[in-house]
Amino acid sequence: MNRNRALTPIYLLTGLAAILVALPFFVGNYALSVATLILYFAYTGQAWNVMMGFAGQLSLGHALYVGVGAYAAGALFFYYGIGPWAGLWLAIALCVALGLVIGFLAFRFGISGVYFALLTIAFAEFTRIGFDHFGWTGGPGGMFLRVAQRDTWDLANFRGPPLMYYYAMLFLTAGAFALCAWLLRSRAGYYWQAIREDEEAARALGINAFRWKLLAVAISAAMTAVAGVFFAFYYNNLFPEQIFHISRSIEIILGPVIGGVGTLFGPLLGAAVLTLLSDGISDALNALGLDIPGVKQVFYGLVLLCVVMFLPHGIWPPIARRLRL
Amino acid sequence: MSLLEVRSVSKHFRGLRAVHDASLDVPHGEIYGLIGPNGAGKTTTFNMIAGVYAPDSGEILFGSAPIHGLRADQVCAAGIGRTFQIVKPFAGLSVLDNVMVGAFLRERQARAARELSVRILERLGLGAKRELPASSLTLPDRKRLEVARALATRPKLLLLDEVMAGLRPTECDQMIAVFRELNRADGTTILLIEHVMRAVMALARHICVLHHGEVIARGTPEQVVRNPAVLECYLGEETEV
Amino acid sequence: MPAADLVANVVVSGILTGLVYGLMALGLSVIFGVVRVVNFAHGEMMTIAMYAATALFAALKLDPFLAMLPVAAAFFVFGYLLQAGLINPFITRPEHSQFMLLVAVAIILVNAMLMVFGPDARNVQVDYQLESFELGPLLVDKARLFAAIAAVVAAAAFFAFFRYTLTGKAIRACADNYLGARIVGLNVKHLYALTFGLGAVCVAIAGCAMVLLVDVTPPLGPSYTLLAFVIVIVGGLGSMGGALLGGVLIGVSEALAGLFITPSAKSMFSFGLLILVLLLRPQGLLGKRA
Repeated sequence: MNRNRALTPIYLLTGLAAILVALPFFVGNYALSVATLILYFAYTGQAWNVMMGFAGQLSLGHALYVGVGAYAAGALFFYYGIGPWAGLWLAIALCVALGLVIGFLAFRFGISGVYFALLTIAFAEFTRIGFDHFGWTGGPGGMFLRVAQRDTWDLANFRGPPLMYYYAMLFLTAGAFALCAWLLRSRAGYYWQAIREDEEAARALGINAFRWKLLAVAISAAMTAVAGVFFAFYYNNLFPEQIFHISRSIEIILGPVIGGVGTLFGPLLGAAVLTLLSDGISDALNALGLDIPGVKQVFYGLVLLCVVMFLPHGIWPPIARRLRL
Repeated sequence: MSLLEVRSVSKHFRGLRAVHDASLDVPHGEIYGLIGPNGAGKTTTFNMIAGVYAPDSGEILFGSAPIHGLRADQVCAAGIGRTFQIVKPFAGLSVLDNVMVGAFLRERQARAARELSVRILERLGLGAKRELPASSLTLPDRKRLEVARALATRPKLLLLDEVMAGLRPTECDQMIAVFRELNRADGTTILLIEHVMRAVMALARHICVLHHGEVIARGTPEQVVRNPAVLECYLGEETEV
Repeated sequence: MPAADLVANVVVSGILTGLVYGLMALGLSVIFGVVRVVNFAHGEMMTIAMYAATALFAALKLDPFLAMLPVAAAFFVFGYLLQAGLINPFITRPEHSQFMLLVAVAIILVNAMLMVFGPDARNVQVDYQLESFELGPLLVDKARLFAAIAAVVAAAAFFAFFRYTLTGKAIRACADNYLGARIVGLNVKHLYALTFGLGAVCVAIAGCAMVLLVDVTPPLGPSYTLLAFVIVIVGGLGSMGGALLGGVLIGVSEALAGLFITPSAKSMFSFGLLILVLLLRPQGLLGKRA
């Protein structure tokens, strides 16, 4: 709690915000898309963080919520022309329901730790294969959303130039950050930390651990659903094999694990470090003519390995200590 | 008028009879002791009151409302706070944050919870250490923290599980003073399980003695120490006096 | 409704394949049961064994059954070093930290395979893959039968090792009581590394056997990891018999699901089963409650 008491100097925060807001004026579209990707991973990482960092439940199947959110909003748009703002609600509702089912089953039956992680993987895999056979959403061939013109900002249908997507993602990430900062300092935040530290002691203090864990799962699922909707309207094509795949779930956790689970800045820092370094490595390899499939992921694995071995709490805490936060 | 009534509770664990037909009454505003040799069933009784598990038979009434079978968090919400024999601080949190977790039961706003927590910590002599990580405290301080945390839930009844264990005599005396003060100033009713006779004799107005899961004696400390059945069950047992 | 002897053949085929799965899962069960490490890279190790068999076959025309020897030896060393070098320092760290470590290893392994071998499928081509035995109405593939026999023999050898040898008993002692084992002077870290090495040997043998039955591609890695977990959880963590039983169950149910539903949906069944078992009987069919 002391580490993330968010006594973050306001100037650091406003400085960061100013840079991020002004970024598009200094970089081209490619860099902007990289920045959007960083923010996307920071956002989903933050959403995952609520479940893991706050409530202490390790989910390795978070791609489930991205996928269901994406398909829900995507299907509404594809079949009924309903825009993403309405589709958002269906996405959130479905993902919260799913999260609550998983959470309820797990907590009711006392499943935690590794078993819980396996349960989340199983649900995600089950859904992936299910969608592969679900004709209405296009089956394995995927679902393609109409790509309208990309020059003007069409917020109603969430279509526009890369700039629009960048600011949307920035807004979402900032919102997630603010939400988590607020949660951490609220009763919920204290209760989640207590449950994470010692559930039995928490219960002896009047905390209904079951309900609070479910709340964390629900919030995490809802936030991730929004990322799914963004995904659908940003990439415009959805394939079960990709969107539900366990690699997506692992990508989601890389940011927070590397940056620092349970911290506010961890996901953003981790996502930035990972994406920028991997882009750098890709470029270097291209220059050397060594563009082999799989290199980038080996790199991810190595970074994850080093962080887990040498900086088990992530990159952010030592930095925060240096900055005396 | 009893604040806590335990009526004929029994508990079996796979054929082992841990507690059998035990009853006790804790009057309002009193300090009540529950003693007995190891394996007597004190902790089992304690856990039944605290909601860790339900009795197989019998009733437990708290202020005339039945609480047997309620979950631990419901029991706390009803007004019973408890400490653990082996202390369980939230190690990653500061001392203040530990207590705030307890305070949030009654105070929804963080500011009010913090104020309540600071007051309680001051009372227990931990005020100066409130920003320290809980993991850095010494054992006596951890015990105080445990009590502070339970107090933050504003309990009408405080259950203390061998809170003197591991404390040196002077530290023990300090804790005794704390509980006396709590009982005197706030009227907090206290039920304590203890092995340390010094504490029981100093604090308890009435004592209940368990042996092999059954109540073998009840009365004031003076009556109980002279009771032949009690003396017999303690012969050969190690007791700190 | 398919004919009875078709179903019978499918079931037998499922049992035989399931025994190979079971050997793979046995390795995981032993590793988790003793070292308490959730080897998230288990399937990737299996896949590497399969690739090794294809490479040895391509280079030396070595039959996979003969390849088992060098591959198992190499895997023993690899497993030992992995535990001793990477995982042992982590024993005291929280569970999810160890888990992440192996997730990282898994990511590295599966993508290294992609880099080295490319995404195309590889396999071995031996004569007896095309032959089968006739046992009444049953038509049993020779390769599948040999693979299953190898799996059973290996499993029996492991079982005997843990039951009857001094080292095996020492390892079981560590599993039961880490502190106690150290107090009586057992070199627990060495025994842990030994166990991981042995678990890796299981995987090596299973992989060499499996390459006779399926083609190998890198994505098989994570797929087998999950399969191994399903089997171990269904059969019971820490139970060797449970691993084999679970393997057979999964093998048969996958084969039947492939027959009655569509082949690509068969793993859905396995995951459904995993969910059910996790919820209703997490200690599995033959396992002990943790």
